[in-house]
Amino acid sequence: MVRIQITVDGQRHEDEVEGRLLLVHYLRDRLGKVGTPVGCDTSNCGSCTVRMDGQSVKSCSVLAVQADGSEITTVEGLATGEWHPVQTAFKECHALQCGYCTPGMIMASIDLLEENPSPSEDEIRHGLEGNLCRCTGYQNIVKAVQYAAAQGGAQ
Amino acid sequence: MTATTEAPAPEVPGRQNVVGTPLRRKEDARLVTGRTRWTDSVAAPGLLHVVILRSPMAHARLTRVDVSGALQRPGIVAAYTGLDLVDDFGGLPTAWTVSEDLKTPSHFPVARDVVRYVGDAVAVVVASSHDAAVDAMEAIEVDYEPLPAVLDMEQAMADGSPLVHDDIGTNTCFTYHEEHGSYQASKAKADVLLTRRYVNQRLIPNAMEPRSVVVDPTGAADSFTIWSSTQVPHFVRIFMALVCGIPEHKIRVIAPDVGGGFGSKLDIYAEEAICLGLAKRLHRPVKWTASRSEDYQATIHGRDVIQDVEIAATSDGKMLGLRVDLLTDMGAYLQLLTPSIALLGRYMYPAIYKFETHSFHCTGVFSNKTPTDAYRGAGRPEATFAIERAVDDLAAHLHLDPIELRRRNWITHDEFPYTTVCGLEYDSGNYEAATDKALELFGYDALRAEQAERRRSNDPVQLGIGVSTYTEMCGLAPSRWLGEQGYVAGGWERATVRMTPLGKVEVVSGTSPHGQGHATTFSQIAADALGVPFEDVEVIVNDTAAVPWGLDTYGSRSLVVGGTAVRRAAEGVVEKAKLLAAHLFEADPADLEFDSGTFRVKGTPSATKTIQELAFASFTSHTMAEGSDAILTADHLVDPETFSFPHGTHLCAVEVDTETGMTKIRRYVCVDDIGKVVNPMIVEGQVHGGVAQGIAQALYEEAVYDDAGNLVTGSLVDYLVPAAPDLPTFETDRTETPSTTNPLGVKGVGEAGTIASTPAVVNAVVDALRHLGVDDVRMACTPERVWRAIHGARGSDDPAPAGSVVYGGATTETTAGGRLT
Ligand code: FES
Ligand code: FES
Repeated sequence: MVRIQITVDGQRHEDEVEGRLLLVHYLRDRLGKVGTPVGCDTSNCGSCTVRMDGQSVKSCSVLAVQADGSEITTVEGLATGEWHPVQTAFKECHALQCGYCTPGMIMASIDLLEENPSPSEDEIRHGLEGNLCRCTGYQNIVKAVQYAAAQGGAQ
Repeated sequence: MTATTEAPAPEVPGRQNVVGTPLRRKEDARLVTGRTRWTDSVAAPGLLHVVILRSPMAHARLTRVDVSGALQRPGIVAAYTGLDLVDDFGGLPTAWTVSEDLKTPSHFPVARDVVRYVGDAVAVVVASSHDAAVDAMEAIEVDYEPLPAVLDMEQAMADGSPLVHDDIGTNTCFTYHEEHGSYQASKAKADVLLTRRYVNQRLIPNAMEPRSVVVDPTGAADSFTIWSSTQVPHFVRIFMALVCGIPEHKIRVIAPDVGGGFGSKLDIYAEEAICLGLAKRLHRPVKWTASRSEDYQATIHGRDVIQDVEIAATSDGKMLGLRVDLLTDMGAYLQLLTPSIALLGRYMYPAIYKFETHSFHCTGVFSNKTPTDAYRGAGRPEATFAIERAVDDLAAHLHLDPIELRRRNWITHDEFPYTTVCGLEYDSGNYEAATDKALELFGYDALRAEQAERRRSNDPVQLGIGVSTYTEMCGLAPSRWLGEQGYVAGGWERATVRMTPLGKVEVVSGTSPHGQGHATTFSQIAADALGVPFEDVEVIVNDTAAVPWGLDTYGSRSLVVGGTAVRRAAEGVVEKAKLLAAHLFEADPADLEFDSGTFRVKGTPSATKTIQELAFASFTSHTMAEGSDAILTADHLVDPETFSFPHGTHLCAVEVDTETGMTKIRRYVCVDDIGKVVNPMIVEGQVHGGVAQGIAQALYEEAVYDDAGNLVTGSLVDYLVPAAPDLPTFETDRTETPSTTNPLGVKGVGEAGTIASTPAVVNAVVDALRHLGVDDVRMACTPERVWRAIHGARGSDDPAPAGSVVYGGATTETTAGGRLT
């Protein structure tokens, strides 16, 4: 057991965890942050994407102990009063159907827009390569990222 | 309530006539903020975790399964073999007796003596945590006595083949034959016979949410609540009662947020029975959640059909007769609808064409693989692929433009309603209009000119154009028809619409959304029918306690059947409100008019009542007509008269690099006719997603087994679900020929894109290479397959392209490609 201290969506936590515990399971099973889903066991789908110290990471490929001392933002912590512009853009552009990929897509899109505030369609498609969606065919996700960019992007 | 004595204008705020407008979805607020409840997120006090030990062998006898080691591990509550659980559940059901000769093997949730595919359940472990259960699973000892695996359909049917099910005595699950007119007569008249073999490879549906089940037995008096990531909560309730011997009224099934299905969650699964049985035995809530790789083995696969097709035609391009002979792989067992899938497509082989005769034969075959079942389109994508590929191939043979050949054979708009060679009546359609619009959007002539130029200049990057003019039958289906087909259930759908005391609306629907947006579209329908604001409607679904009657969501039926029920039930509420208004006004109901949520007495402008006021009046019941049931609620059950028949024209342009075999989609244009549209934004989303899945079959995806029966594409690392850079921008448009068989004028759209797109893409790939002597490329058209097709055509005498991977474990890949006589 290892003692870790993590801030998740603005709230500080201290916990004893097993060395093998994945961050995504720490978030879901220990903290009840079930807004972040798990879509695979091979780090391919991106459903579990969260932000760790301002960078998007697949939380299934990070151990909870590796996140010791860090700041995590999940999809649940994005809206502070108002929705984040990327959340609004996803709704406006119908960039989700079942919504299972959506938390990860939104977190990855925010990352993308921070790095590149006005990405081309091609840059968006490649920027989101690590996130799979089975419902939308991606077209409206691309549109949503462009819409969010036009509204002022990541912030 | 506020009085409305002054203004005659209705109090009702908000939009009117919201049907047909792209309202943003009600569902999205919780989905974009993470306030979701997926089955795996469901918690219950004292929850135990179930993991399942699965067979690593495709076919073996279990000579010893010893779970005692697992029981010594920390955190373990129980561990069981299949034989330990014989009293907890029986076999899993198949709901469709497709033929008299259908063989239905026993299919126990946990294998008892023989395992028949990699992934068949062998033992279960229950522990206080998932990790503890996984650790303990390693201590289970199993002795497998290997049996020969049956992997190739043609070999499976050969004399002396090993058997998947010894007790059945054959690998042939069923045979089915239909003859419409004399195909032989058409053949005798024909100048040309096009004979082709097409292969619809095995696919893995890949809903992004892996399956999950939670069962809580702690409710009142031996009752059980099942949360399942399912498309069919109502079916799960019925079949769990039967499989586990628990009275139906003691079972409540909830499908909470469900992360996609595409048919793969239209099933009754072993894990549902396992969890229910364990919860009952242990008196504790239990949860099982699949990992993605486990889901690949334990959730049904789709397609896997070999199609021998023959068209008898005249030399001027009149298609006379169509012969189809299918081999379809069941996998090791029959799931809920396994044997019916290829047959659901059988009327779609003649498609939009005026064939005089049609001969259809189908053989279902067992193999030592994961069972197949419905995957988006379920039989119709396979049919459409075969016919649209064949029509393009015939056009090439006759030196006709593929559009021109279609024009010579399709049903023209003035011929509707049209009864096809199979006896199906298509109510409406306009293939010319959809095609003309698509051609214009696509710039067909310019692209053909560019293609000719690239061929002339021997450009290493060749351009190909593929056509698919599909139709499909959806909105499954008239109950009577389903009964005649040997299906155990009906095809009706039911809705309740009720006004609450304060004038809001609840719509209760027996459909079961898992991403399609029912809460939005059904609200639109109810809002317009009742004249209330869209925001005032709540849609209640996916819980058998709240929705006692329903047949759930699949087969593009939700709007056509379920939406019609909502509309009719809402009209029923208006009728009741009218009687109440008439009573309050002391007027004749015939003298009332209803518009935008307000009743008026004709000729008395001040005499108005909003439907919300009437809802409150009905609640108080202070003034009621003698004997009236004035509560503003109405039920309606719709049993569709027929299917709905969407159609459309999809055009695809690909660039194929003949040096690397790489295919790139340059343009994808589709014009779909799905009749009237309730929400164009949602429709477009369905088309995008459907087309994407069809393109994925054409270019990327294939479930591959090795010759020992291991699923080689066993995880998302090896199975290529396309990501954003792998797909083009789709150019979508619509024509609108309203359906005449439902009051909304709508047709289904959920599967159309998938049905249409696969042949459009493969036709384009083949078209790019036809001048090099290529007349087929097997799916998925990977760079390697394309490259081999080019080089095979140029050099070797192998007429069919052979890929690197062994399809079906043996001969299928190399079976000869076809011939023209
Ligand atoms: S769950 Fe699939 S990448 Fe993390
Ligand atoms: S919306 Fe369903 S997976 Fe993306």
